Amino acid sequence: MIISIASGKGGTGKTTVATNLAVSIGSGVQLLDCDVEEPNAHLFLNPVIEEKKSVFTPVPKIDEEKCTFCKKCAEICRFKAIAVIGEMVLTFPELCHSCGGCMEVCPEKAVTETGRNLGVIEIGHKNNVHFVHGRLRIGEAMSPPLIREVRSYTRPDQLTIIDAPPGTSCPVIAAMKGTDFVLMVTEPTPFGLHDLKLAVEAVKLLGIPTGLVINRSDIGDNRVKEYAEKENLPILMEIPFDRKIAEAYSRGELIVEELPGWKEKFLKLYDNIKEMAV
Amino acid sequence: MKELVVISGKGGTGKTSIMAAFASLAKNKVLCDADVDAADLHLLTDPEIKKRYDFQGGGIAVIYPDKCTQCGLCRELCRWEAISEEFEVDSIECEGCGVCVDFCPEQAIEFPLSTCGQWFISHTRFGPMVHARLGIAEENSGKLVTLIRQEAKKLAEKNKLDLIVTDGPPGVGCPVIASIGGAAALLIVTEPTVSGLHDMERVAQLAAHFKVPGMVCVNKFDLNTDQTQAIEKLAKEKKMMVLGRIPFDPVFTRSMVQGKTIFEYNTESITGQAVKRIWRKIIESPEMNEKGNV
Repeated sequence: MIISIASGKGGTGKTTVATNLAVSIGSGVQLLDCDVEEPNAHLFLNPVIEEKKSVFTPVPKIDEEKCTFCKKCAEICRFKAIAVIGEMVLTFPELCHSCGGCMEVCPEKAVTETGRNLGVIEIGHKNNVHFVHGRLRIGEAMSPPLIREVRSYTRPDQLTIIDAPPGTSCPVIAAMKGTDFVLMVTEPTPFGLHDLKLAVEAVKLLGIPTGLVINRSDIGDNRVKEYAEKENLPILMEIPFDRKIAEAYSRGELIVEELPGWKEKFLKLYDNIKEMAV
Repeated sequence: MKELVVISGKGGTGKTSIMAAFASLAKNKVLCDADVDAADLHLLTDPEIKKRYDFQGGGIAVIYPDKCTQCGLCRELCRWEAISEEFEVDSIECEGCGVCVDFCPEQAIEFPLSTCGQWFISHTRFGPMVHARLGIAEENSGKLVTLIRQEAKKLAEKNKLDLIVTDGPPGVGCPVIASIGGAAALLIVTEPTVSGLHDMERVAQLAAHFKVPGMVCVNKFDLNTDQTQAIEKLAKEKKMMVLGRIPFDPVFTRSMVQGKTIFEYNTESITGQAVKRIWRKIIESPEMNEKGNV
């Protein structure tokens, strides 16, 4: 089973829920941190990293000996990543989406592919929790290919927990698509509710069952609960605001390891999810 | 004219609440919400939409079954596995490269431009505002960010306003890169947690990469003063101006619930004073004055 943890709004507690859930379950579980722009799960899990590798996406390389400057490659590229000016071909690798169209269309076979560095993947473990995350290279704009690379480490025989990025656009979709359950973490504030609604729309589009965790559940107002009721979204867990939790988080500590009673609550959350996931 | 862009790396550090507080303080400005993916600033500024435009992103492939001979070439060429065995295009997976369109021997694939969002010019009690809404699960957020920042600049020029204050998205990827190019300065709002520090370091690297000067303020500073000091030390090492500390104060949530900025909710508070001091340092900074231009 694959559980993705999403939110719409950032900073609602996705990573807190993902790491505490993974550690509570303990064995036969893997945690994939797909928030490759700002991965944080490792700060709480402190995994031992066993392997590190760079990830590349293909971008064109032009052999000017073979090139006849026919411009077909520039014409086919919808991302303006190739320009032909007189007898010169310019490539803009940072604009390339790696579709391979230029290579396919070139009548002289003058286009081959080289790699653009997207970032790194690190693989490791903490006790019995298998851990993988990606870290987008600073300056790199496209995170979905790196997210897909992190997800390629999914072990079908295990429980996989995915820490998704915030938002509702392509990176989040890349992290949630094809998962069995989306656990939404929100907070009961106008911003939390607004972005939750957007995230719920995205999950509906993908047709994945979903449930809510309300973090800092006693701040703000009641509108998240009213919305959940109206939309038939089950509230699977509430985490009240507690300065001790906030301070433990600030130091990189896990709630289940610092405060009594929380491990049981996270295990119960997992039981609830198992019942709901298809 | 100068543009200040507020970013954070990590989400939920208080970017938009602080941005809204600046809306109360700043004069002669255009507000711009560049967090098009999960825009929230309008919840506090209550914009009255004056003009509404569709945002056309890229194209999405559509296969016409009456022309399609199911030769399979498109499925072979598509690197996103967006074409099913039944020769239907999964619009979520489709990257919009158009390779299938160009190579289809039957010309059975069309590539209509898709409307993937809307953008707005609005009137607010703080002045004009440019904002947008990207459609759910859409691509091209960077393109939309670039567009609304250009429109904010045009609007400022037209109305002879000399300042643009932009709420940026979280992260360091495509929409953030589109948010910071050409800005006079970035305000990085962070929080004193292990993740706040980690993400602020990455966003500071991004600012340096694109050569935009960054300034730092620590929100909820009293949650962990050791982390606050670590953030301020790092900021100084990265040659970024440290603007000040804002206490952990429920006034932000309380005013948000009422759809107000912290200054509208409570005209005199210690937290408000801290935000005012930060704002003064920003507008008096060399970056927002003689150096650089939008």
